[in-house]
Amino acid sequence: MSAVTESIAPIAADRRLSLRARLALRGLDGVTLLVLPAVIFVIALFVYPFVYGFVLSLQPKAGDWLANYRKFFSEPFLYDTIAATLWLAVPATLINTTISIPVAMRVRLMHRRRILTTILVIPITLGTVLIAEGLLAYLGPQGWFNRVLMLFGIIHSPVRLVHNYTGVMLSLILSGFPFTFLLTLSYLTGIDPSLEQAASTLGANARARFWHILMPLLAPGLAINLCLSFVQTFSVFPSAVLLGAPAGATRVISIAAYQAAYEQYDYSMASTIAMIMGFVQLIIVAAILSGRSFVYRGATAGGKG
Amino acid sequence: MAIAARDFRELRLDAMSRNFGALNALKGINLTVQRGEFIALLGPSGCGKSTALNCLAGLLTLSAGSIWLDKTRIDELKPEQRGFGMVFQNYALFPHMSVRRNIGFGLQMQRRSKAEVARKVDEALSIVRLGTQAEKLPGQLSGGQQQRVAIARAIVIEPPLVLMDEPLSNLDAKLRLEMRAEIRRIHELIGSATIYVTHDQEEALSLADRIVVMREGEVRQVGTPAELYAKPAHADVAEFMGYRNLFRSRVSKGGDGISVTLGGASLRGTPIDMTGEGEATVAIRPDELHAASDGPIAATVESAQYHGRDFYCLGRTADGTQIYFCAKQPVQKGESVRLAADPQRVLIYAGAPA
Repeated sequence: MSAVTESIAPIAADRRLSLRARLALRGLDGVTLLVLPAVIFVIALFVYPFVYGFVLSLQPKAGDWLANYRKFFSEPFLYDTIAATLWLAVPATLINTTISIPVAMRVRLMHRRRILTTILVIPITLGTVLIAEGLLAYLGPQGWFNRVLMLFGIIHSPVRLVHNYTGVMLSLILSGFPFTFLLTLSYLTGIDPSLEQAASTLGANARARFWHILMPLLAPGLAINLCLSFVQTFSVFPSAVLLGAPAGATRVISIAAYQAAYEQYDYSMASTIAMIMGFVQLIIVAAILSGRSFVYRGATAGGKG
Repeated sequence: MAIAARDFRELRLDAMSRNFGALNALKGINLTVQRGEFIALLGPSGCGKSTALNCLAGLLTLSAGSIWLDKTRIDELKPEQRGFGMVFQNYALFPHMSVRRNIGFGLQMQRRSKAEVARKVDEALSIVRLGTQAEKLPGQLSGGQQQRVAIARAIVIEPPLVLMDEPLSNLDAKLRLEMRAEIRRIHELIGSATIYVTHDQEEALSLADRIVVMREGEVRQVGTPAELYAKPAHADVAEFMGYRNLFRSRVSKGGDGISVTLGGASLRGTPIDMTGEGEATVAIRPDELHAASDGPIAATVESAQYHGRDFYCLGRTADGTQIYFCAKQPVQKGESVRLAADPQRVLIYAGAPA
């Protein structure tokens, strides 16, 4: 109690306070210790491996400390993987996020929201490998999809949908959409519905309400959604191998890292590729988040209530 | 004055009904509102007053009946086609827009020129006395200021009808009184018809030209504040208009007029819808039941609240009936008092209290 009264007094009085009281004034007390397990976890499982990998990437098998980076950016076989990955990750992210908006807007008004949400969440719990297996069987040359189309005479020979770019893209959409949808839905339901009602009484039709009210309030959430979805798709590995052409169009950056580590046993090179991968992700995420800082990010309710 | 309501003669609700599943939230509301009128929809929560307002705004569709603005049927129009101004209970200000853009939104939707929008918004700002706050975001304003932005936003589109849904319920008592006067002033300034939903009888009495008392989806009584205050047509309306004392009683006709039995005593009163003798409900406002040495009703004081000018007391008669009354002098718990009321102010309704 005395600490509280003295804190109002001039700084000279500060000397008389115990260390504990002075720390408490800066917001550090016993409760602060609760943060320790989390800090240890982050250091052990994120900071340490990251720093270790970074140092490893600067210790190549041969050449000076930057040799691995120089090698990566001089061999098309390696640096092309960045473009190949972006070519998958960017469209998949944009498609997922864009489709999630109208779907979430519709679902928001439904009464049996939970059933639909559950159905959509199942792909997340299944994991990419099971989805890949399913797609291989369903979309393959002898799969149901091609058979039905041929039965009705729409096509005459099977369409190639797996072991190429399309297969990986479909899998990314299937496994990524539920995630983006759930995020968008939660952001959307957080917007006070009376704002749209107010806009409609002021003469705004559905289109104007969407662009003037919903989108500006949804934008910060969509930016986060884009970031998470992008990071997820950028590190695509199982579906690129199982459903794609891992030696060709879908030779993504994580495949290059895998090959360096487990086929050439060059951990230093693998770390270099992982570092470059992280750097590309960082650039894109930073770009999205800096765009986010230009839009309104406050409350999404229109006053007290 | 540049901001003035679009011209119309009258708004007519013809058997306006709305069901939610099996629940009849509105059971055939008939009402005609003239231009310039201030109408209060008054009733307890769940009486359908907000549903009625949302139906007028177009936010809810009707289950049956129609709404007419002069010769035009409007109940099938979408809210954006009706052009009514609406003030929401939680204000519903667009949090990402400045005060100026919030107010200008309706004009922007009408594709008015930039210069016109700026001019009208300035006028609306000066009407609600918020000229200096134009560039702030709603989140930076106090509750009363947000309320005024919401009003400015609704009136700047010059609507024939302004709808207000309990706009003062989120404000503190002092601000509520101030805003009440503001709302009435703005209403008179722009000359629109205002329909104002409230559950506060005092607010309705002080603001409205006519009060529509609703209960369970029906209109129970329409009248001027004075009519409703002095002569509620039904016992339930009386209860809502501050007649806290509602007693089950029996009417008998004597030599000196009609009297009722109350707490063992006989009291003279005025019948409202009562003919003959029989079971009845007696309604008396606490402030019209005063202590008098020769009063017919004897009661023991159970509690007394000091209300500044007088004491608001709860008493109990010999037969155990609770009775609310006002005392000018301090009274003590347990004290015996005698109470009297003007026969004109003792209202008698047919049937037992609900």
